[in-house]
This record gives sequence, structure tokens and C-alpha cells, in this order.
Amino acid sequence: MIASRTRSSSPATGAAANAWRVEVFRRADLSDPDGERLIAALTEIGVAGVVRARAGKGYLLPGTLARADVDRVCRELLADPVLDEARITAPGESPATPSRGAQRILVSKKPGVMDPVALTVARALRRIGLVAEDSIPVATFQAWELEGPARLARATLEHIGREILSNEVIEDLHLDDDALKIALPPASPRHGVVHVALGAADDERLLAISRDGALSLSLVEMRAIRDHYKAQGREPTIAELETIAQTWSEHCKHKTFCGVIEFRGERIDNLLKHTIKAATLELAKPWCVSVFHDNAGVIAFDRGQDLAFKVETHNHPSALDPYGGAGTGVGGVIRDILGVGLGARPIANTDAFFVGPVDLPPEKLPKGCLHPRRILRGVVAGVRDYGNRMGIPTVDGGVWFHEGYVGNPLVYCGTVGILPHWAAEKSVEAGDLILLVGGRTGRDGIHGATFSSAELHEDSETLSGTAVQIGDAIAEKRVLDALLQARDRRLYRGVTDCGAGGLSSAVGEMAEATGAEVDLDTVPLKYPGLAPEEIWISEAQERMVLAVPPEKLAEILAVFRAEDCEATVIGKFVATGRLALRDHGEVVGDLDLRFLHDGTPRPVRKASFTPPSLPDPGCPAPASAGLDHARACLALLASPDIASKEWIVRQYDHEVQGMAVQKALAGARKDAPGDAAVLKPLPDSPMGAAIACGASPRYGALDPAAMALAAIDEALRNAVAVGGDPDRTAILDNFSWGNCDKEDRLGSLVLAAKACKEAALAYGTPFISGKDSLNNEYRVGGESRSIPPTLLISALAIVPDVARTVSMDLKAPGSRLYLVGSTGADLGGSHYLDLLGLEGGRVPRPDLQLAPKLLRAVHAAIRAGTVRACHDLSEGGLAVAAAEMAFGGALGLELDLGKVVLELPPAREKAFDPDATRLYSQSCSRFLIEVAEGSAAAFERALSGLPCAAIGRTTTDGRLRIRGSHGGVLVDLDVEELRRAFLGSFQG
Amino acid sequence: MSATRALVLRAAGINCDGETVRALELAGARTDLVHLERVLEDPARLDAFSLLVLPGGFSYGDDVAAGRIFGFELRHGLARELRAFVARGGFVLGVCNGFQVLVDTGLLEVDAGARTIALANNKSARFECRWITLRAEKSACPWLVAGEVFPAPIAHGEGRLMVRDAAALARLERNGQVALRYVREDGTSARGFPDNPNDSVADIAGLCDSTGRVLGLMPHPERNLSPWNHPHWTRLPARAEGEGLSFYRRLVDAASLAPV
Repeated sequence: MIASRTRSSSPATGAAANAWRVEVFRRADLSDPDGERLIAALTEIGVAGVVRARAGKGYLLPGTLARADVDRVCRELLADPVLDEARITAPGESPATPSRGAQRILVSKKPGVMDPVALTVARALRRIGLVAEDSIPVATFQAWELEGPARLARATLEHIGREILSNEVIEDLHLDDDALKIALPPASPRHGVVHVALGAADDERLLAISRDGALSLSLVEMRAIRDHYKAQGREPTIAELETIAQTWSEHCKHKTFCGVIEFRGERIDNLLKHTIKAATLELAKPWCVSVFHDNAGVIAFDRGQDLAFKVETHNHPSALDPYGGAGTGVGGVIRDILGVGLGARPIANTDAFFVGPVDLPPEKLPKGCLHPRRILRGVVAGVRDYGNRMGIPTVDGGVWFHEGYVGNPLVYCGTVGILPHWAAEKSVEAGDLILLVGGRTGRDGIHGATFSSAELHEDSETLSGTAVQIGDAIAEKRVLDALLQARDRRLYRGVTDCGAGGLSSAVGEMAEATGAEVDLDTVPLKYPGLAPEEIWISEAQERMVLAVPPEKLAEILAVFRAEDCEATVIGKFVATGRLALRDHGEVVGDLDLRFLHDGTPRPVRKASFTPPSLPDPGCPAPASAGLDHARACLALLASPDIASKEWIVRQYDHEVQGMAVQKALAGARKDAPGDAAVLKPLPDSPMGAAIACGASPRYGALDPAAMALAAIDEALRNAVAVGGDPDRTAILDNFSWGNCDKEDRLGSLVLAAKACKEAALAYGTPFISGKDSLNNEYRVGGESRSIPPTLLISALAIVPDVARTVSMDLKAPGSRLYLVGSTGADLGGSHYLDLLGLEGGRVPRPDLQLAPKLLRAVHAAIRAGTVRACHDLSEGGLAVAAAEMAFGGALGLELDLGKVVLELPPAREKAFDPDATRLYSQSCSRFLIEVAEGSAAAFERALSGLPCAAIGRTTTDGRLRIRGSHGGVLVDLDVEELRRAFLGSFQG
Repeated sequence: MSATRALVLRAAGINCDGETVRALELAGARTDLVHLERVLEDPARLDAFSLLVLPGGFSYGDDVAAGRIFGFELRHGLARELRAFVARGGFVLGVCNGFQVLVDTGLLEVDAGARTIALANNKSARFECRWITLRAEKSACPWLVAGEVFPAPIAHGEGRLMVRDAAALARLERNGQVALRYVREDGTSARGFPDNPNDSVADIAGLCDSTGRVLGLMPHPERNLSPWNHPHWTRLPARAEGEGLSFYRRLVDAASLAPV
């Protein structure tokens, strides 16, 4: 019932069928870079014979305009007089045949899909009085022209359209003879209050209602709802049932983390509370301002300012529509920052992606999946276009590749914000008005929360189109500009963002302590015909909800009007403890907030874990695979996880706001991988903020606890490597796991969460916020495949003085190179074993006694100014770190492996080639540090009592020369060859 | 010399207003940050200022084309006032999106009615964020020091300067409108990408009008104010400030002599 309507993809209706059609192309005599890019993409999918491609921007304008008006609009608005030529087709006429017999592929947005450009053009037409206010008579499309000696078959054109130019989730594909329409989505019949018959429903019926309504409610939950309403002697309305489904969804409620778990004879009542939150509570750091209860974690910074940090996942939407999914992921986490306390100013974004191999053979791609290459390009473009438009620098991140992510990629989006300390907390009082600001509401993102809480399957693409949205970054920038002015003028008491669950979650949360009345018919709509419950749960983007004292209303409305940002009172907070929903005065829902927030059944889940029984392959010399060390080093530098991500970093504006002090790309040629980003947020303070991350998805299947410890250690050492203070560092947890109704998935989750607590306490590093995304599984045929359990740790570290930060590139010849930390037989999940095609082995696990001491000592040495360059050892171990530092500094480097102290497990020593282990082990808590001869004594004092050895020197000859422990030269390579290997692989 | 009054014009999607205002204030200008709509409502606001700055960003999302809508608004709502502002000796700076807007308004053309200059999408067909090196050329711009070489970041997808024809380019050179060029780090001529990051014609990074008082450039000197902005400051001898600050100081000093 509900479902059949919200999922409807029936053809557009009721719109102006005949419109002026304008296509704007580059002048034929000018180069068209987008067309050239398309030709490259064609060869990638094996389409030959296209010699020229051109990209056109298409517009449909109201058929009511006169020819002269359309000419004027082209001249003054749509076409550049120097670069472009416009083709105009009158209403009803069919477009002129393209030049030189080119064939055209047209891509238009599906009805109801956000079209920001159309809104902007309509606004401009209104500006010069060509159309009436408040009508949206404009649509846009892409027009592509392909030229070649031979005409392409229609099937080939469709193939190109589907594989490269369009995404059927949100777009329609047309070949040129198809008609284009300005279309609106089908209207839902106005239906007032509708009840859902649960009272008499048996279990089977209850499950059917949950499934057909895409509610993702379990049988136990459906029973609880039925019994709650039975006790009240009535049936729930659709709006009430939808509200409960949103609020109780895994996405919003974290039922697994907060539920009851039985594991190895232990009964864990609320895993989150007993592990991650418990550690923060026990550490009780005075500089933790706001932890876990708000949209982001907040720590104290300087000059009366605090820093807020949040990382979110946007996995399922990105699987269906990488561009829109990643873009709205960025938009969503930015709103978390705008909605923390009374609102923070976003100053940096960080993004991490986990995708399938970009060279995955097409035949290995499961049905209904997009190719990893397309997913990665799409999410990068989505983050780029949203983050860049918002004017927030994307300064840090990472990409990991693994076959386990082919059906279910992971997209993490994070934002750091700065806010005055007085604005760190919010409140709501009965009598406050509910002010909805920002974008309008449409039928987009319906059931996002429940959808993201369920498993993906072959038909997700066709069924869940409405769960995907296209963002409008400028709408959100308007909200940002207005909101922070209103904050500083203290015009509201509370604010939160509309994310998963839309208004139902935002208002439901804010009203938890009071109660609320909402008039759904007052919510501004993108187009008519939404049912009340659709308005209530729509996840349309760029919206936030404020609690405004009535006496401030006029002033705050003026602030938003001045920024051309819509703001509408949709109800008020009341002291009823209930959530009342009205539509044109008729009550369509009236919920008990206590039941809504506390009525969720907490079923007991069983968990178990048995580590895979793989024999430990040890660490054979590369010769065992027909390689020598030189070729092994080059191969590791070129492996996808390690190789350069410059093609991504360069597409992100990482300089806007002018705060970046240490950057993702370091070194003499600005192409070496920095360990972390450092920002200088305040002009009048020397202090900085370091932003880093850590993840080790290859460890999870072998040892989930060690994976968690290693990820935390990596995030911290990345932050410390650039100058972050380990005693002023906060971290975030982001778990992406498989379906935790399954015992083994849940077991590894428990082990990872317990390890998080252990590490947080050992390092003295509190978690301040986090998020979990479960059910990351993909069903192919009958079989359900889980992603590798993936924990992303994000760190935010205070930097005492940005002038003392260091980069990872070698600075000068004649320096000493120190290896800090101990090296052991930790090759489980390492890139070296992967290179050799071997599995198993001991996963790196930091020594929790030693690791914190190492981090503090390295920080002290950096702070004292004795360090020229510092790089952490992670993927690829010592060999990769040394190579990166050398080509980063365009300097030579000599290493003597005899100086590297190696700890091998007794009795198994023979299985480990000593020098291979020294070079490629991924033992935690290690740094490679360049120290000037004159500072050596001071540096060694700072590290006294800790594992630290001078293992080499920087040289002038531009070669990386590594001597084995028996004196022979194992590696002797020109650093430029190392650079080429690092830069040589997939670049988008 | 009285303090320069600078007006920084913002609109939805402008996002470099923060660092731009900081640069102008560090350079000694009394700076107002005002929304375009306020000036469209009351164009006389311009009279109080001798320096108008159009900062970077994605005005109106760069929908249709970069800077197009902002330019459209100025062409329809403020064209006469802008020409009068320049005619009375006022200075105008457009950075990145601001440069795209200036080009769109025709303020950089000899004949505002006939556009010969455009900024197209980069040859790479990609947004590019990287540090490049600029050289100030001998030009009509009175405050740039010819021959000076300095670094600045670029961050744009549509910064490729193109001209209608060879004659248009020759005229720009003849009028001394070529104010800034992309060069190599040592100041010698660029050798293609990435020195010239977008394949701009004749390596042109910045243009002024024939009076020299209106300047537009794609790079962002306001993102190089502190000694720690440069991507490898850790490899450089200690500096007191970023090279972008003197760029703004010279502009603000020049504008302080302009009549208000």
C-alpha cells in the first residue's frame, strides 16, 4: 500500500509536454574536453569507431515563451558568446539533424529528481519577468553527440548510455527520436487519515505489512506496535507506523550496538555503553566538551573556541548512485556539524572509500552492481562537487580496495567544525516554534533510513530509487550562511538536521523531552501531491529544524530571507509528551513519545567467533615468488591501496579557507603521501588541528580485535607524525559490518568493540562520537555475502604550534634516519603476503604498554624541533615508508637492515626470512624519522629507553640503497623510478 | 593616505569571502562584506568605496556556467553603476569565480558589448587544485610589479582562458591587458601542464582592463597569507608571511589614492 505508491516509477504526467528545447554545445571549431573524456571512456568499455564526441547542455523552456524571448535567454544566459553555439527547437518541432550525421544520446532526470540547475534558470527567468513566480517550468538534460565513420547500432548507443552517461536509478535515457517532457512525479491521492489494520494481524500478516511498506521492522517489533495500539483500543495510522519504523530503524536506533548480546557465556547489555562509551567516561578528559549525545563530538580548542567532529557512512545510496549518494553523504555530515550544539562552522572534510578492485573483470561483476571503477569515479565526483561548492576543504581521507566491497562499497564522509564554547549545548522549551529552514520537501529519500538498515539485493536498484537523492550544495550553503548569523544573534534555542527519517526523526528527537504539534500542510513542497506521511518521512536534502522562541521569530525570518533561504514555521513544541501530526487541521497521527523512543523491544542476540584456521605462511623471501627485493618494492608502491591517490586529491579543493598547513600531498614535487592534514583555524592562535584516519580491512577476517587496535594505532601515529599531541587527541569510531543477526558477524563486532575500549584506555584517547552501519551484505542468487568487517578510526589531534609541524619528505642530505618502534613477525593481512599470493599469518597488534610511550616520545621530539621529517610505517612496512620519504624529498637514502632489531617467535624463526620480515612486516607503532646530525643527541635523549635505532643516512645521489643484514645490497633504485611506480597506476 | 574602503561582494555559493576579507584587512583596508542583493537594492552603496572585490566560490552553484548567473545579475542590475565606478577611478579585483564573473560582465573587454574573452572548462576536463607560480607582466595594471614571481594555489574547473581569435589576443597584448602569466617555479616560461594548469592561451592567468584598474585572475593569492600556507614551507627558509599578502597590500595602497 504505502510502498506501492512511494516506489512508483510510473511515467510522468500532467506537465507541459511541448516546450522549447535548447541545446548548447561548444563551437564546432573548439576543443571539447568532456567529449574527449567520453571517447577515452568508450575505449574502456570496448566501444570503437567514435572519432569525435561532444557534450551539450540541454534545457527545456516553457512553451509559452515567444521565439524572441528564447533567443534572448540563449544570448544572455545559456550560451557563452565566445565559446558556444545554441540550437533551438520550437515546441512540437523535432530537433534538426545534428551536424555531420552525428548520433545523439540524451539523459534527463527522472520526474521528481532534484534539478538544481533548472531551479536556478527558472529563478533567472523570473528575474527578467519571463515566467511567473513559484512555477518550475524548466528542466535540464545532457545531450551527447557521437561522430564516426560508421553509424552505431541503437543497442550500442543504449549500452553507452547505460554504462557511462546515465544511471537508471535517477535518470532516463533517450535516443534522439524520443520526445522530452518537463515532467512532475505522479501525485499521491489526498487521503487524509488512514489506519493500518494491525489488531487482528497474525505474525505472517505483520511481516507482510512490514515488508510491503519497506518498514524494515522485525516480527517482535511489529508485535510490540500491535500490542501498544491494542492497549489503546485503536489502530495506528500510516503516519504513526512510518514514524515508528524510522525511529526504530537500525540506522537511527543502533539496536544491535545498544541491544543485549550473549557471547562466550557473557551477557552484554548494551555493547556501546559497556565498551566505547565506558572508556570515554572512565578517561573523563576535561577537554571533552560534548560526547555521544549530540550530532557530533566536541572538544575544547583555543581562544574560547571548540572543535566538533563527525564521520558518517552513506553506503547503500552510494552503491545505487555513487555520485548522488556520496554527495548527499557529504551534505548530511556537514549538516551534522551545522546541527551540533547551536551550530558549528565547517572547516574541513575528510572522506574514506572502500571499493572493489578497479580492474575487476566484467564477468566477475554480480548482476545489479555498478563496476568498482564507476563507483569510485562517481563517489569522488560527488564529494568533489558538494564539498567544493560548500567551500569546505577536503583535506584527508583514504581509499581501500578489496573484492569484498564489489556489491556493497563503503563511503565515509566526515566534517570538522569550529564553534564558540557558549554554543556547544542546545535546548528546547515548550512554546518554542518549530522552524523548518532550507530546501523544499519532495518525494526524495523516502525510506532511506529503513532501506539503509536492510540488505542490498539485485533489485535494490529498481525498487529503491526513492531512497536516493541528489544534493543541492548551494541550498545548503545558504542555510550555513543564514544559520551562523542567527546563531551569533542568539535567535534560536535548539537546532538539528533533517537526516535519515527526515522530519519524523528531527522533530521526534528535539521533542523527546517536551512534545510537539506539526501541521504537515505548512511544509513547503517541491511539487504538489505528497501524502502527509510522505512529507513527514521524506529525506529531501538541505533542511534543518530550529526551536525558536516566539519573540525571536520576526528577526530570524528576516535573517533567512536576506540570504534567500526559505524558513517556515511548521508547528510548535508543547509539554504534552506526545507527537501530534495534522494535515489541514485533521489529526493524522498522535504518538506517545515514550513509546516511540523507549518502546523498542530489545531482543537477545547470540554472537560467536571462530578465527579462520589458516596456517601461518611465515615470511618467505621474494625469490620464492620469482621476485627480488627491488621488484617487490616497486610492486608494493604500485599496489592500489598504497599507490598515489593524487587524481582524487587534486579534484578536491583542499586550500579553500586558507587554513591548510600540512596537506595530503607533500614533498619537493607535492606528490608524496602526507600522513595527516593540519589546519590552522584561528588567525590569532598558533595552535592547529591535525586530522587523520586509520583502517585495516585486511586484518578483520583474521582477527577483528587486532584490526581495531591496529586501526586506532594507525590513526594516532598518523596524527602524531605531523605534530599532533597524543594527549590531546580524540577519536571517532565508524563500524561497517555485515548482517549482525548472524552470530559470526556479531561475534567479530563484539571483539572489535571490546578492543576499542582496551585501546582507548591504554592510549588515553577518548571516543567522542561514532556511527555504525550494519547489514552491509549483498545477495547474489541465494547467497548473502558480507563485506569484510571494516572499522574506520578518525582522529582529531590538537597541535600546540603549527610552526613545529613536520612533513614526511626527506629534507637534506647527511641526516640520520631513525626507526622508532619494534619490528616483529606481523605479516598477517600484509601487502607483502598479498603480493606473494599468501594468506594467514599473525595480524599486527600494538603493544599497549609500549605504544603510548612511543607516541608521546615522538611528539616530544617533534615539539622540541629535533625532527626534520617523520613518516609512519603502515601498508608495505619499512620498504614503502623509506621509498616514499626518499622520492618525497628527491634525495638519496641508505639503509642498513643489520641495524633493524627483529623479534621473531621462537621455534618458528626458520619460516621468516629476516630481511624480508624487516622490510615488509607491518608491525604497529613505528615511525621513520629524519634527524639532523646536530640534533641527534637531543633526539636520542627524547627516545631513551624506547626501541629506536639509527638505521640509515640521507645522501645526495638520488638512490634508495638498502643493505641486507649480511652486507649484500638488496635494493639499489633511482628514487625517480620509485616515484614513477607510485604514480603509475590507476589515475581515474 | 586614508585607509582604503573595500567592498567584498558575496552571493549564494561565494565561499572565499573569509580569506579575502582577511587579506584585505591585513593589507590595511576597511572592508565591508555585503550580499549582492543588498547592492542591487541600493546601488548607491558603491559610492562609499574605492575598491570592489569579487571573491572566489561557486556563485549560484556555477549553474549553467561558472560565474554566469552572478554575471547575469550584474549585467541586469548594476551594469551602469559598475562602469561609473571604474570611470571615477575605482579599483576592481575578481579572483577565480570573481574573474569568471568579470569576464561575463564584459568589464575586461575594450567594447563591453562584444565579448572576445572567455573562461572555458580546463583541458583536463577536471577540477584542479594545485599550487602554481605566477609572473607579473609589464601591463596597464599600475600596482603589479612587472617581473615579480610568486606562488599561489589554483582551485577551479573552468579557468582555461580562451579568446575569440588571434586578433583579440594581439589586442590584449597591445593594450597591456595581460597582467599575470603562469610560469615555472624559476620564473621561466611555462612548459604546458601543470605549470599552466588549464591550458590557458598564451599561459595567461590574469587580465586587466585597458585602464589597468580592473584585474581578474584565476589563482588565489588570499590563500597564501601565512608562512605556513605554502605546500612545502617545511623545505623553505623561514618566511615572515605568505607571498599573497604583498599582492593585496599593493592593491589596497593603489586603491587608497582613488577618489571616493
